[in-house]
Amino acid sequence: MNKPLRRIALFCGFLVLALLIRDNWLQYVKADELRTDTDNRRVAIERYATPRGDIIVDGKAITGHKETTTGDFKYKRTYKDGAMWAPVTGFVSQAYGANQLEYIEDGILTGNDDRLFFRNTLDMITGKPKEGGNVVTTLNAAAQKAAYEGLSKRGKGAVVALEPSTGKILALASYPSYDPGTIAGGGDSDAEAWKKLDKKNNPNDPMLNRALREVYPPGSTFKVVTAAAALQNGLYSSADENTKSPLPWTMPGTTTPLKNEGNIPCKNATLRVALQWSCNTVFGKAGYDLGNDKMLDEAKKFGFTEEQFTPVRSSASVFSDNMNDSQVALSSIGQYNTAATPLQMAMVASAVANDGKLMKPYMVDELQAPNLDTIAKNDPAELSQPLSPDNAQILQSMMETVVEKGTGKTAQIGNGVTVGGKTGTAQHGENNSKNPYAWFISYAKLADGSKPVAVAVVVEDESAVRENISGSGLAAPIAKSVMEAVINSKK
Amino acid sequence: MSSTTNSPTHHTSTIGSIGTPSRRNTELALLVFAVVIPVFAYANVGLAINDELPAGLLSYGLGLGLLAGVGHLAVRKFAPYADPLLLPLATLLNGLGLVVIWRLDQSKRLSANYPDAAPRQLLYSALGVALLVAVLIFLKDHRVLQRYTYISMAGAMLLLVLPLIPGISAPTYGAKIWIKIPGLGTLQPGEFAKIALAVFFAGYLMVKRDALALASRRFMGLYLPRGRDLGPILVVWVLSILILVFETDLGTSLLFFGMFIIMLYVATERTSWIVFGLLMSAAGAVGVASFEPHVQQRVQAWLDPMNEYLLSRKGIYGHTEQSMQALWAFGSGGTLGTGLGQGNSDLIGFAANSDFILATFGEELGLAGVMAILLLYGLIVERGIRTSLAARDPFGKLLAVGLSGAFALQVFVVAGGVMGLIPLTGMTLPFVAYGGSSVIANWALIGILLRISDTARRPAPAPAPNPDAEMTQVVRPS
Repeated sequence: MNKPLRRIALFCGFLVLALLIRDNWLQYVKADELRTDTDNRRVAIERYATPRGDIIVDGKAITGHKETTTGDFKYKRTYKDGAMWAPVTGFVSQAYGANQLEYIEDGILTGNDDRLFFRNTLDMITGKPKEGGNVVTTLNAAAQKAAYEGLSKRGKGAVVALEPSTGKILALASYPSYDPGTIAGGGDSDAEAWKKLDKKNNPNDPMLNRALREVYPPGSTFKVVTAAAALQNGLYSSADENTKSPLPWTMPGTTTPLKNEGNIPCKNATLRVALQWSCNTVFGKAGYDLGNDKMLDEAKKFGFTEEQFTPVRSSASVFSDNMNDSQVALSSIGQYNTAATPLQMAMVASAVANDGKLMKPYMVDELQAPNLDTIAKNDPAELSQPLSPDNAQILQSMMETVVEKGTGKTAQIGNGVTVGGKTGTAQHGENNSKNPYAWFISYAKLADGSKPVAVAVVVEDESAVRENISGSGLAAPIAKSVMEAVINSKK
Repeated sequence: MSSTTNSPTHHTSTIGSIGTPSRRNTELALLVFAVVIPVFAYANVGLAINDELPAGLLSYGLGLGLLAGVGHLAVRKFAPYADPLLLPLATLLNGLGLVVIWRLDQSKRLSANYPDAAPRQLLYSALGVALLVAVLIFLKDHRVLQRYTYISMAGAMLLLVLPLIPGISAPTYGAKIWIKIPGLGTLQPGEFAKIALAVFFAGYLMVKRDALALASRRFMGLYLPRGRDLGPILVVWVLSILILVFETDLGTSLLFFGMFIIMLYVATERTSWIVFGLLMSAAGAVGVASFEPHVQQRVQAWLDPMNEYLLSRKGIYGHTEQSMQALWAFGSGGTLGTGLGQGNSDLIGFAANSDFILATFGEELGLAGVMAILLLYGLIVERGIRTSLAARDPFGKLLAVGLSGAFALQVFVVAGGVMGLIPLTGMTLPFVAYGGSSVIANWALIGILLRISDTARRPAPAPAPNPDAEMTQVVRPS
């Protein structure tokens, strides 16, 4: 019986060999694939196993972390003034992933970034627990507070404030907002909060970052771009030159006269007067005279049609191509297809204030290692030059006239601070049936000639009576308080 | 002829029965390792989870040491020539199993739903060693079991039928392989039936092997058995199929049938039986799978564990994420593992400490650890077959190879199932997995193997004085 016994011994050996081969396949060949599979809960456990680094504003953390008592994720994110900062931070949730800054800088915040590898290895050797790094933002807490509180009194809307000379984002507010802290965990209450925030259950869509991701018709604020195009292309050479604009002005190719709001002095007005009173006829005609290509070209130089990465992505603003003459005229006064994010219109104001130079907007100043060493620093970068310095000066004086004695008087600050701005009231909806958006873009110039802030405000107030919606009444006061906050915090 | 002289020519002998040293001290030295290694592992778990030595370290170490010591003394006294590796190997596996079960007891994910298992497993291990000692004391010669050939068969049948009887049946998660014993908990009679069936097969085949081997026709190069000799194999085949259908237990079914084929092959030395066995098990498995949803689902889970996981996550009834969780555990362990107490194999949930316990070894001890565990099993099996080779009587040979073969198949079916090599079946990894029946039955199995190896390696008694002694020479095979 020994011959078959030896064969059985061999057979059992093969059984064990098969298991050994399979084990090598699983734990050696396939190991990395299985270990990093996103469905493998260990990936998430690892992610929440160390305290997450913080997002810093003005030297103070606007985020935090807390040890959870239930579940297998050790730490969860907390937020200070979460609703106010949500457009900056985004959220990170144990159950629903992350977005915006929390998502983009996840590597630094969790400490898993390759740039921290050497440090992590050292820490592992010295037995120090792993920590996440910090993200230092460019934001200004006072400006953000002014923006958010201003919006919360008015209703839906968004505010973006930039530092014109660098492109630093100083305020980025959206209303209504949400507290990302309510969905940071993985429990039942988080699930309930998440469900409530869902657009399907909440028509106000509080998770929409209106400052970056919503495009609104910019209305009359776009006339600043049209004026810039007219000056840059030599259509007019100064602010006080007769534009030879008839009134009424019938849009080419139609029998429809372009209307102005009210009885305002637009006939043969100068650019300054036209901007002061927001003459549709003058800028409609200017846009038509320049033509689609030149208008589009100038709009593009201001950043239209491009997504911006701040690093949080903004939607691309729209100025159309291949339009007929009347469409070009309407587009040039911020109607028809023209649409802009609040960030885009802040960039317009910022470029004018910065003597024609458009700086790339950014909100991350530097990335820090857990020990606060700087890993990476963002330097200001020029995006384009939509205006020559001379033309920028002309446009500044026009915008300052708007605030001094035109539609933007409500944004005046005084105390030696000069404000340049432009109001806008954008109609939208079928036959303009919906409540218009109230816009205001502006910059502030100090007595020493420096311009520390440019701002764009948009307010969409469904409850307001239609006549009350004007850039001057709703949006300009918010812009004013944001500018004041920036100026005061510089002192 | 003296039993203490050992001729150098015997080293190559497979029989090697005469003059073999007892090797009891070797066993004792190995047992020290088999106790110390799990104690270190236990301390390791405590330090990893609670940053301190576990409170039960001393009592645990003493407990395991006591079990090993009692086992060793019993072997020294009652089976002094027994194989020196079997007891240390089983002790080491049992000890490591206890450590991992205790480690899973510490899991917050599992503790909410399941009571602590480690203390009970220690109790079961003690019962198992007690049964081993009882086997060694009362089973003076394994050939005694031959007398109980048909009683064993009846006993095995009874044990297999028990889980089907309403009232004492305790079906769990689709498989009806448990019975309730009031006041004591549940029992898996299949584990004991394994031994009883091995005894029956060995007794039966020893008697019938000549008829099965010789009375056959040659057809296409194979020896076909006569129709009437096919009877027993058909009975066992039907029995396996019935287990599969009524108890929905693929593993046990495969195990019994495989064990029978192995023993039949060894008894008859006819390859044709292997061919028949494979054909019949394939036919049976495919046939049952065609109408049994439980088996179909297991096959689906094996072919596409990720899909099964996603279905389970959606809360669709009848699907389980365990297969995929086990694969993730193995993958996350990598080559060296996370270290004891530092993995997340408890994500497997239910049965993490029984059917799926190998996944915890995989994650926390890594490829290195699992290969070591698999090689320990391989060693037990090969020592068992070595015992079979050394055994001098056909019954002992058959019984030893049957038990070892069944042990090997069981390890293959469980480990292969957990690692996704074959469809998963609900069986326990011998000695390591949590489960009283399994531990107790496998200690008894080791006891029988020890007894056979003791008989096999024991020096032959001095021949009776023979007037012709001086004129005859002993011729030994070499």
